[in-house]
Amino acid sequence: MLRVGEALIERIHEHGTRDYPNECCGALLGREEGKDRTVLGLVPLANQRNDSPRNRFSITSEDVRLAEKEAAAKGWELIGWYHSHPDSPARPSEFDREHAWPWYSYIIFQVEKGEPREMRSWRLDDDRAKYQEESIEFISSVPRY
Amino acid sequence: MPVKVMIPTPLRQYAEKRESVDLEAKTVAEALSSLTSQFGDLKKHLYSDDGKLRSFVNVYVNDEDIRYLQREKTAVQQGDTISIVPSIAGGAE
Repeated sequence: MLRVGEALIERIHEHGTRDYPNECCGALLGREEGKDRTVLGLVPLANQRNDSPRNRFSITSEDVRLAEKEAAAKGWELIGWYHSHPDSPARPSEFDREHAWPWYSYIIFQVEKGEPREMRSWRLDDDRAKYQEESIEFISSVPRY
Repeated sequence: MPVKVMIPTPLRQYAEKRESVDLEAKTVAEALSSLTSQFGDLKKHLYSDDGKLRSFVNVYVNDEDIRYLQREKTAVQQGDTISIVPSIAGGAE
């Protein structure tokens, strides 16, 4: 299960609305306890796919390292990523699957005509063949660590 | 001549949860080959079916991206750190 506070959801939604009709993307920082994860912070990042930003996103290895450093500085982990699907459902595409890493939580949310809609989270199976949906628990406030 | 290979968080589950592995190698290619021989489950996440490093797998020697060196032929020596760093991509259909 992935716990996400409402204030962070709002920031993710705002990012998706601001970048519409392009895809937005960013890092999820937080903690893992057993099978549960809690998102404690975000690092909004620039979508580097300038050639096709409406249906593709890309985050450079330099930005990944930056997000890892931010997480480490707070004593957290880089637990996953979020990105928007403008006018497209909140489920992983074949392109998403081909480029995904295991273990990370991938939040995907639909932005329909500029308005944020459904948000879901996914994790890639070990054999890379498909994703499993990870339930999201929306919480009113995140715990302090 | 041991070099240290840093394993990114998402792949540690396939390498006995280790953050790094010390191994003997003269090039990046040798190091990655040795790593995937030791931990076979890493292979499908680092290499595509045609045996090439996946496009979203980035390798640094110390702080230099091997794309700007001699790629997998980049020489390594004792005390060097090889880091495997993800890049992230995706998108709607």
